[in-house]
Amino acid sequence: MADLPHDTDPQLPPAEVADVMPPHAHSWWSHYVFSQDAKYIAIQYSGTAIAIGLVGLVLSWLMRLQLGFPGIFDFITPDAYYQFITMHGMIMVVYLLTAVFLGGFGNYLIPLMVGARDMVFPFVNMLSFWIYLLAVLVLVASFFAPGGPTGAGWTLYPPQAILSGTPGGAQSGIILMLVSLILFIIGFTMGGLNYVVTVLQARTRGMTMMRLPLTVWGIFTATVMALLAFPALLVAAIMMLFDRLLGTSFFMPALVELGETLSYGGGSPIAFQHLFWFFGHPEVYIVALPAFGIVSDLLAVHARKNVFGYRMMVWAIVGIGALSFIVWAHHMYVSGMHPYFGFFFATTTLIIAVPTAIKVYNWVLTLWKGDIHLTLPMLFALGFIVTFVNGGLTGLFLGNVVVDVPLSDTMFVVAHFHMVMGVAPIMVILGAIYHWYPLMTGRMLNQAMGHFHFWITFIGAYAIFFPMHYVGLVGVPRRYYEIGEPAFMTTPVEGLNAFITVAALTVGAAQMVFLFNLYWSSRHGRVAGSNPWKATTLEWLTPVVPPEHGNWGDDLPLVYRWAYDYSLPGAPEDYIVQTDPGPKTPAAGPL
Amino acid sequence: MVIAIVLVLIVVGSVAFHMLSPWWWTPIASNWGYIDTTLVVTFWITGIVFVMVVLFLAYCVFAFRHREGHKAIFDPENKRLEVWLTVITAIGVAALLVPGLFVWKQFVTVPDNATEVEVVAQQWSWNYRLPGEDGRLGTSAVEHISDENPLGINPFDRFGKDDVIIEGGELYLPKGQPVKMLLRSIDVLHNYYVPEFRAKMDMVPGMVTFYWFTPTRIGEFEVLCAEFCGTAHGFMRGDVYVVSPEDYQEWLTEQDTFADYAAATEPEQDTQIAQNSQP
Repeated sequence: MADLPHDTDPQLPPAEVADVMPPHAHSWWSHYVFSQDAKYIAIQYSGTAIAIGLVGLVLSWLMRLQLGFPGIFDFITPDAYYQFITMHGMIMVVYLLTAVFLGGFGNYLIPLMVGARDMVFPFVNMLSFWIYLLAVLVLVASFFAPGGPTGAGWTLYPPQAILSGTPGGAQSGIILMLVSLILFIIGFTMGGLNYVVTVLQARTRGMTMMRLPLTVWGIFTATVMALLAFPALLVAAIMMLFDRLLGTSFFMPALVELGETLSYGGGSPIAFQHLFWFFGHPEVYIVALPAFGIVSDLLAVHARKNVFGYRMMVWAIVGIGALSFIVWAHHMYVSGMHPYFGFFFATTTLIIAVPTAIKVYNWVLTLWKGDIHLTLPMLFALGFIVTFVNGGLTGLFLGNVVVDVPLSDTMFVVAHFHMVMGVAPIMVILGAIYHWYPLMTGRMLNQAMGHFHFWITFIGAYAIFFPMHYVGLVGVPRRYYEIGEPAFMTTPVEGLNAFITVAALTVGAAQMVFLFNLYWSSRHGRVAGSNPWKATTLEWLTPVVPPEHGNWGDDLPLVYRWAYDYSLPGAPEDYIVQTDPGPKTPAAGPL
Repeated sequence: MVIAIVLVLIVVGSVAFHMLSPWWWTPIASNWGYIDTTLVVTFWITGIVFVMVVLFLAYCVFAFRHREGHKAIFDPENKRLEVWLTVITAIGVAALLVPGLFVWKQFVTVPDNATEVEVVAQQWSWNYRLPGEDGRLGTSAVEHISDENPLGINPFDRFGKDDVIIEGGELYLPKGQPVKMLLRSIDVLHNYYVPEFRAKMDMVPGMVTFYWFTPTRIGEFEVLCAEFCGTAHGFMRGDVYVVSPEDYQEWLTEQDTFADYAAATEPEQDTQIAQNSQP
């Protein structure tokens, strides 16, 4: 690339890494199946994640049918019910959310947003997807194994997870679950190293870290966290597999199961919980931080205004990421660990509320005196703020150790974490798909179907999870096949449960309209052209839309400004793209 | 435009549901009124924040919606505002945390005059053990568990002989007497949860966990298992009665001790041996 004006531009630092074209596909197979192009891998990741996510959705319908109308559906036995909730939880948290945010959006957006031609290790990136697919297939296989999938709850707490009183515990369900998780982690690590190295090493000239869009900051920080957190789950899964198959006792104390003394002895069930939540709590933010980053960009683009307090937003992302490694035991206040841990973990947990609150303020202040276009991505972003604020605030109940005591293990917890790490991040995923679909396909998603989808999803999801808090406040424990009408209920929750079930079925059905829209618009949608939202960031500036292999044609883009020069006073248009060397950003901006 | 109205309706609806809906916690029957108070304070603080943030959001969406010729301001940072918001949030969070930690300190500090009750959980029933006349529970271990010794009490520990055993039955507690619940499991995780007592703790095989409370209201209460323990988790329930101290004493005298158990089961063993040796 001997393009002189580019190479000699004195405003920009010289390139540190040579501009290398990623390997070209030579055959149909390497082009469409074993593709090494991050954009293609992103779509493979997302497609697989959405497919398995649909299974998770159907499982949620089945469990809600049991809770809303107990005794009516004979095929939902207690065993089946526990298998539904377990697989629903694991699929949604790991195989859908983690995979879509990092494998999907990470792969698609990181190279484009930092101005790289591809991920730095394209072959390893391809392997990452195929191992993920294998993990999903092993997970699906457990549905067809003798005894069915594990019903141990998504937390897989031993000893019950590997004993015969739990569905799949004495058969192959739990084994396949653990093997699938191990595969997932191996696959993720391959992708994750790619994302981190690409952000650190393959940024184009002029793209300093503090000029990165917050989307990249969110995904980057989440990936670093995942690389540190998943190993804890990996060792826990391996140790439990040993306990189950080889008769070791890492997590198994001496115990008598249904009258029979087992040969285990000396292990600690609580050790598993520490390992699990050392992964599990960062996992919440592994899902949340990409959502934080993406929603910041959606708000900025569609309100035509810079993200308020960009530097504070970056530090909040990094701070939340770091703090999230010292709060894990707030999931274990009533686990039987030493009660004095409660003081420490309640304090760290409530401290993390401060940077989180700052992010919320800054999102709202981004809208203040903006020019708000109520597009579908903006509507979903607003839906995110409402559900995230709601779910974040109920976190202050559960994080405050003594308030957690009556609420923990009740439906209040279920409502809380669905609102904060289910509904809120999915609002962002949906908004992001409406936002970037034109880039991926060259066409806009259908508006009418989109509005129908938004309103049902947003209002419906709120109608599911807001009342569910009160089911828990009444005292209904989670993971109950049937609560009945025990005397402690001053008002039975039957009617409320039926209402929630109807809302859940409706919201699920609305997602089918969305899937149809994805298909329909790819053929009949309005042609988008390049940069339909008038955004500033690099991914919209490729010479061809959708971007082709290598992303940038002959020359890499050069970056002269931060990602948020919207509505600059005196500028002819209300946005200035990052590659525009034109008017300098006013001094207040961090550049 | 519609979204601004819907946001307002969400706030109004949420507050109305909270205030007017009949679903609320069950009346308390223990000394942990402080926990209820902390919870109510948390509802107030978080509720106010929720209302303010969402209403402000609704206002922004309404006031700054796109119209022809309308342009956003350029406003990258505002250090003063950011510092103020941080400080106010930190104060709000501290206001929640500090009282919470004080109550937690009480929750984990068992008073000296608390009597001990051991709960032994198994898939899927509740058993109890009370100290006998010596006021001490004997040691126990899973290795000692047998048909005659379902709770695994150490047969060589003299403190265990007079322990009162309630196998799969109901527990009675005297009103007004602080009680330390010693929680034990012989198979998987369980959790001894009585909604009216507000307390909860997992039972972990291989260790003894605890919590304490003082029953304050006479009545019959339902015990629920609150930690997933396998297929019949949702059916693992039991009853606990809070009664007057006199009624409690009367009930206590009717219960079997470990020694009674051994005595009651021994003849059976003898006849078995006798039968076996007949031919």
